[in-house]
Parts: sequence; C-alpha cells; structure tokens
Amino acid sequence: MEKRVLVLEDEPNISEALRFILSRNGWLVDVSADGHSAIGAMRQDPPDLLILDLMLPGLSGFDVLRSLRAETNTRDLPVLMLTAKGQVADRAEAERLGVTRFMTKPFANAEVIAAVQEMAGS
Amino acid sequence: MPRTALTGTRIRARRNLRGLRQSELARAVGVSPSYLNLIEHNRRKVGVELLGALAQALGVSADALAENGDARLVEGARAAALRCDAELVDLERIDEFTGRFPGWAKVLSETQARVERLERIVEQLNDRMTHDPYLGTALHEIISAVTSVQSTASILNDPGEIDPGWQARFHRNILQDSARLAEGAVALVNYLDAAKSDEAGLAAPQEEVEAWLDARDFHLPELEAPSIDPDAMVAGQVELSSDASRHLAAQWLRRFRADAQALSHADLLSGLQSQGLAPEILAEQLHLPFDLILRRIALLPHSDLADCGLPPVGLVICDNSGTLMFRRSLDGFALPRFGGGCPLWPLYQALQRPHVPLRAALTTSGRLERRFQSYAYAAVEGAPGFDRPTVLRASMLIVAQGDEQGVETGTPLKVGASCRTCAHLECEARREPSILMSPF
Repeated sequence: MEKRVLVLEDEPNISEALRFILSRNGWLVDVSADGHSAIGAMRQDPPDLLILDLMLPGLSGFDVLRSLRAETNTRDLPVLMLTAKGQVADRAEAERLGVTRFMTKPFANAEVIAAVQEMAGS
Repeated sequence: MPRTALTGTRIRARRNLRGLRQSELARAVGVSPSYLNLIEHNRRKVGVELLGALAQALGVSADALAENGDARLVEGARAAALRCDAELVDLERIDEFTGRFPGWAKVLSETQARVERLERIVEQLNDRMTHDPYLGTALHEIISAVTSVQSTASILNDPGEIDPGWQARFHRNILQDSARLAEGAVALVNYLDAAKSDEAGLAAPQEEVEAWLDARDFHLPELEAPSIDPDAMVAGQVELSSDASRHLAAQWLRRFRADAQALSHADLLSGLQSQGLAPEILAEQLHLPFDLILRRIALLPHSDLADCGLPPVGLVICDNSGTLMFRRSLDGFALPRFGGGCPLWPLYQALQRPHVPLRAALTTSGRLERRFQSYAYAAVEGAPGFDRPTVLRASMLIVAQGDEQGVETGTPLKVGASCRTCAHLECEARREPSILMSPF
C-alpha cells in the first residue's frame, strides 16, 4: 500500500517539485499551503509523514508542529521541516517542539527522498 | 578613594619625573616637607594658590595637576578595568595610575570609549540582521526561488522521460522563479549598497519616510482635509525615529496636502475613469501643473487604480543633482536605494527641458524584460527671480504595461535601475561597472 505524505508549503513551485519527486518514488502526495486546514485534515486522517515549511502565512511551521504534538493522533507523526531559516535557534526550537528531521533550503532532491524514506522506515 | 586624592598622586608623580626631592619641592613652594608628604599621599587638600605654586615649580600647568580635568580619564580607565576579571585589576589604585600615567590613562580611556562605540554598532547591525523585516523577507524570497529552481532543474536533468505536461509546467516554473530571483537579487544589492553608506546600519531619514508611506500604501486620506496638520500626523510615529525623518515626512505631507486641495480625490478618480491614464489631458482640463497630476496619481492606492482599470504605478522625484528625493517603487522596476538612478531615465531628460511633459515607453534591461510607460516633468521650485540659483524638481510616473497595454510611443527605451545592477553592459551612459560581469 502506498504511503501518504502531506507537503505543507506556501511556495507553489516548490510544492510542485516535491509532489513530482515524491510521487515518482511511490508516495501519495497531498499539498497544502494553509496551516489551519492542514491541522484539521491531519487530525481526522493523519498522513504517514509531513513535510513542513517553517515560514508559512498565518500559522508558522512551529505553530503547526506544536499543535500536532499536542494531539494524540499526530503526536508521533514523522515531520521533516524544510526551511530557509537555518539558524541555530530555529533548529533548536524545532527540536524542542519534537521535529523528526530538520533540513535547510535549498535542498537536493535526493536528500529529501533519502530523509523521507528513512523516516518512513523508522 | 576620594577624587581629591588624585592631585596628590599627580604631584608626587611629577616631582619624581623631575628628580626632585620632597624637601626641595616643599622649600620651593614654602611649605614643610611633612605637609607636602601628606598632600602627596592624598591626606590633605590643596588650595588654589599652593596648587599654582606647585605647578610652577614642577613646570606644568595647574590644570595638569588638578583632578577635575582627569575625572573622565579615571572613569574611562575604571570602565575598562571593570570589563576585565575584577580580581586581576587593582581598582583601588586606579586614581594613582591615572595620576602617574595620564598619557596611558588617556589611551586606555579612549580605547574603552571606542570599544563601547563599536559594541553599539555591532548590536545595531545584529539587531538589523535579526529583526530587519525587509532583509529577512528579501533573503527568504531569494532562498525560496533558488530552492525551487534547483529542485526543478534537478528533475529536468534526471535521466528518463518526463511527461510533456509536467515538463512544460517545470519550464514555466523555472522561468517564473528566475524572474523572482533576478528582481530579488537586484533589490537586495540596492539595499545592501545603501546600508554600506551608513556604518551604524540605521535607515536614512528618506528611507524611513518611504517605509512609513509604504506601510500606508502611499495613501493618506487625512490629507484631503485642509485643516490637517502634517506635523501632528508625523508626531509619535514610531517608524519615524528621528527629528530629521519627521521633518522630512512633514515636508512631503505639506506638499501632498496642497496637491489634494488643488485636486480632490473624487475629481481625480472621476478624471481617470473618464480619460484613462492621460495626465496631460487632466492637467489641461483642470488647469493644474503636470507634476501635480503625476504626484496625485502616484499617491492613489493600487486598489483605486484597479477600480479605474489602471495598472499599478511608481514615482520617483529628483532634484537638479539627480539625487532621488522620493521613491514609490513598482514591481519589476527596481529603484536604487542610494545615489542616482539610470542616466537614461526620462526623469533626467526632463531636467534638461523644464516644463515640457515627456512620455516614453521603457523596457528594463536584462533577459527578463518588463515594459513600462513613463511620464516625466520638471518644474522650477519656488517663485522665479533673477540672480538666484534655479531649483528644479523632476518627477517621473512609472506605469506597468502588459503586452497589449500602452500608448504607442516608438521604440521602447532600454533602461536599468542603476549602473551597478544593470545588465546593459555596453551602455554609453554607464558610470560604474555592473555586478553582472558577463552578458546574458
């Protein structure tokens, strides 16, 4: 059975590239740019993995992560945070909130795929 | 140790430097050696007359022996000492040190003052890097575009067939992102160039005023009321952090208020709806200066322009020297944040032909050309008169154009933002090398 990944990213061209490479590697991909609706959807039906942008309009990636970790359904959801903000403080905050992997932009497609496969296998 | 102790220490140091015995100096100034000994050990205050006599005997000025002149040195040296491990610094003897070695104390004090100044600058720059919303947004925009281009290009470069539909989308995405990247990079270079002109990294008054206006979409409906006080409008505005910023803002607001009194918002919208973007017709029909019409249009919110079926606009105003005094930026038409703009802008042509409205189609240089329409006009500031310098202000309204829009005004003029970021490397008007070292 194919595994499902949600890409929560407000840059449509990045989402499109991620959708393509993940689909090509056998994932079912959903894309969202809105933290509120994504949290609601994941609460009802959690994906197998979330790729989360930090700087989103409205709710930030930190807000989304904090909310997910407070919910029973999504407490253990593997989350790969992709962000243009690679500062130590951001990484530390993401780890404090329970991120599974933290990757800075720009990323290599192969790195994303390797990270996703490793996280899904764990 | 009391501050009065300084003088005694200094007297002893000066005496030793001159190789005088305590008894010799005491005799010279008419006091007993034991009294001088008490003074030198800071146990007696020195009167003005005695201080003068001691100074004369030691061949220095009384000021050189008095403590007040060196209080700043002591404080500076003390501040330097306190920065270090307190256990390693003999603070109790700092007055003595300052008194005996005033030259070294001065060096220490000045070094300390410089360290403090540099620390403040570092704090300001750090604050700017951390909190500057423009810089943060600009860098985020560039990294996002780079990420998208890299990821998409990598997909296209992968071996194997890609569905033609996906291929077309990826090509389109790369084109979009490269345009974002080019605009973002130019804007960032302009921004950082401007920052270099200010060591402390603080915004210049003009930048603060423009940021303040930008936060209001350059639209100030309060100015439609003739009774509004520009000084009251700018008072207490946190974005205007200095007197210079507030003064400059109030100066522009007075100009804009006068413009609003001459041409109301309702009349302007009515004119634009009936005539379209035709400032020359509005100026003629309403008997108003051409540059006033340009300013009024430029200070409309983009939503009002859209209601009139018009595209977004930008505005630049310069003085005789070409220095940009006012900028309302427009997407795709980068405006330098420091110094002058592209020498080919019709803005500068207008300075050579005051009171003649100029209209020209423009394209931005580089592979990602964008089309614009410009309206430029220069007018003499103040009342005309003999035997005084002529002060000119030139204004240029910049209007975004789609492929089908625009007035036919001949071959578009290829312009840049400034030489530093212009891709037209062979331009005869170039005044400095471009950062775009190789042609596209």
